[in-house]
Amino acid sequence: MAATETSSGSNPSIFYRLFFDKELRSVTIQVITMALICAFFFFIVNNAITNLETIGKGYSFNFLWDASNYDINQTLIEYDSRSPHWRAAIVGIINTLLVAVAGIILSTIVGFLLGVLRLSSNWLINRVVYVYIEYVRNVPVLLHILLVHGIVVNTLPIPKNALMAFDGTLFLTNRGFYTPKPLFEPAMWAVLIAFVIGIGFTIWFKGYAKKIQDATGKIYPVLLISLGAIILFPIIVFFLAGVPVNLEYPELKGFNFKGGLVLRPEFVALWIALSLYTAAFIAEIVRAGIQAISHGQTEAAFALGIKPSRTMQLVIIPQALRVIIPPLSSQYLNITKNSSLAIAIGYMDIVATIGGISLNQTGREMECMTIVLAIYLAFSLIISAFMNWYNKRMKLVER
Amino acid sequence: MKLFKTLAVSAAVALASTSGAATAGTLQDVQARGELNCVVTTGVAGFGAPDDSGRWAGFDVDFCRATAAAVLGDPNKVKFVPTTGKTRFTVLNSGEGDLLYRNTTITMSRDADLKLSFLGVNYYDGQGFMVPKALGVTSAKELDGASVCIQTGTTTELNLADYFRANNMNYEPVTIETNEEGQTNYLAGRCDVYTTDASGLASTRSTFDNPNAHIILPEIISKEPLGPAVRQGDDEWADVTRWVLNVLIAAEEAGITQANIKGHAAKAGNNPDINRIAGTEGDFGSMIGLDKQWAVRAISAVGNYGEIFERNIGVNTSLGLARGLNAQWTNGGILYSPPVR
Repeated sequence: MAATETSSGSNPSIFYRLFFDKELRSVTIQVITMALICAFFFFIVNNAITNLETIGKGYSFNFLWDASNYDINQTLIEYDSRSPHWRAAIVGIINTLLVAVAGIILSTIVGFLLGVLRLSSNWLINRVVYVYIEYVRNVPVLLHILLVHGIVVNTLPIPKNALMAFDGTLFLTNRGFYTPKPLFEPAMWAVLIAFVIGIGFTIWFKGYAKKIQDATGKIYPVLLISLGAIILFPIIVFFLAGVPVNLEYPELKGFNFKGGLVLRPEFVALWIALSLYTAAFIAEIVRAGIQAISHGQTEAAFALGIKPSRTMQLVIIPQALRVIIPPLSSQYLNITKNSSLAIAIGYMDIVATIGGISLNQTGREMECMTIVLAIYLAFSLIISAFMNWYNKRMKLVER
Repeated sequence: MKLFKTLAVSAAVALASTSGAATAGTLQDVQARGELNCVVTTGVAGFGAPDDSGRWAGFDVDFCRATAAAVLGDPNKVKFVPTTGKTRFTVLNSGEGDLLYRNTTITMSRDADLKLSFLGVNYYDGQGFMVPKALGVTSAKELDGASVCIQTGTTTELNLADYFRANNMNYEPVTIETNEEGQTNYLAGRCDVYTTDASGLASTRSTFDNPNAHIILPEIISKEPLGPAVRQGDDEWADVTRWVLNVLIAAEEAGITQANIKGHAAKAGNNPDINRIAGTEGDFGSMIGLDKQWAVRAISAVGNYGEIFERNIGVNTSLGLARGLNAQWTNGGILYSPPVR
């Protein structure tokens, strides 16, 4: 059909024009498609609700206030088997956050390290990192998790034969890694205040040092002085206050160690496996970012007499970050979502508590899955929002 | 015009297909399909596990085969759907399975809240604990502070929490999804204790390299009546499956075995109970939508209850379970089938 159909003299009816006038037709098609999509979703939701009502189940969240009747091995808040299901959900959320944040931190550190090593001119390091990245990326993450968990559980000894270090303060078993727990006395507040003062001083000093550098060209060792303020100063106060900390030592009582802090093998396996897996992807992203910067930048910096370490810090990395950050945020989202594989090794994250045990014992699949979906959506949106803000800060400001 | 026509037609088709066909009863569906979908476990030795050649065998499996023989005429026309503790009820309720025979405890919440219909008990069991002999533990009350491997989504999980709380003991729950995972963790020493139904413990122990290095503690901390289930709302199918289970128990009580059922079916004898089961007297099959030979097919496929028990989990098998509570009521147990009459 030709472009516009208003060839005949008389004004065509609106219905005719809806389908034959080119612009109106595109609007009509979009409206019809929207209507079909809405009808489809309405049909699905209606179908689900009708079916649930037919078999008498309904859709209600009242079960969240019933006692859960099961115990969870890793709980960072108060929880026992008489606590309600919503408390079990909170325990799961905290466990998911714990492994996601720990995973993000470790994978970023290892990923950046591997990425830079991959660019090394040392042939052996280059190849070893290459083989490692290829192997890790091509094996599904669930297998990594199962492998690490299997190694931890099967090679480490049982509590009776625990591996000991530092004359009985650190224990390594296949039930967990036990360290002494610090119990802080009131005098610890002084150390905390000293730490905050150190941070405040560092922030002020950075501004001051920049002002002096702009005015006179004199460069203060900002990094060393910041480290001294943030780390050394509180340590000095710590010792001056008489070491205000008691240690609670783990002791073998009966079957297991009691007291002290414990890192469970499920958490460690999930954390290490997820971090190493995502680090391989981050390494490739970092390598891509650094290689995206034209070598002319480095040469120009060297020509100006800037030291190689300063070049990396002031010229290469800021430009590379613009290329690295968007795919990096996808990898952070991946780590958060991949943590849902925790149930395969018995780590009690949100999918295992509310989406697993609670779902099974109460039979409320739709409600529990809705909760799990909403939680993951919230996590992902928060991470995306933060990365977008950071990306904006790093963006190239064009005229 | 052509575009409009295509859109209109496709919309009409989409809306029309939403009306849905009227659903027939499960019995008719199974007979039309020619295959019974049986929801079973992923692998519990003695109760339901595929053997080396991939053929399913076990206590629960035999009951499935008996039902298939009664309804379809062939005990091999069964499709086994392996499920975990988490997926079993969803698979049954969604229609992927017709009948569930999966060491499942009958509880009020499962019956009423999860919209299942239980058909009876095929094994009276209770929850127990298994520990390595080397630990030197002789009673469950000595397990304070232990790590316990526990399958998620089971009544054992809830009973464990209740028992330890009632006895003021602490424990570390190590959650596992399947029996195999539990075995690996228990043998590696990740947990000190493995807890599940006592029959499951016997079954698991039978697969170990050194079964005698492990003991099952004397405390049985709960009632676990294990039985089959179907979806709620289909009474006709529930009747069929319930009476297949009942007739296998009644057959043992009446003295009918896999060997002599064909003889009883050929000629009516003096015992009216045997005649009614063998189909030479009355027509009980038509009451549940089957023919006169329904029980004959079921019994000649797998034998009576006692034969099923002895073949899969009895004292001469690696599980070595005694009949105990599962003997006939005339023999000191509590197995008591309503009469076929």
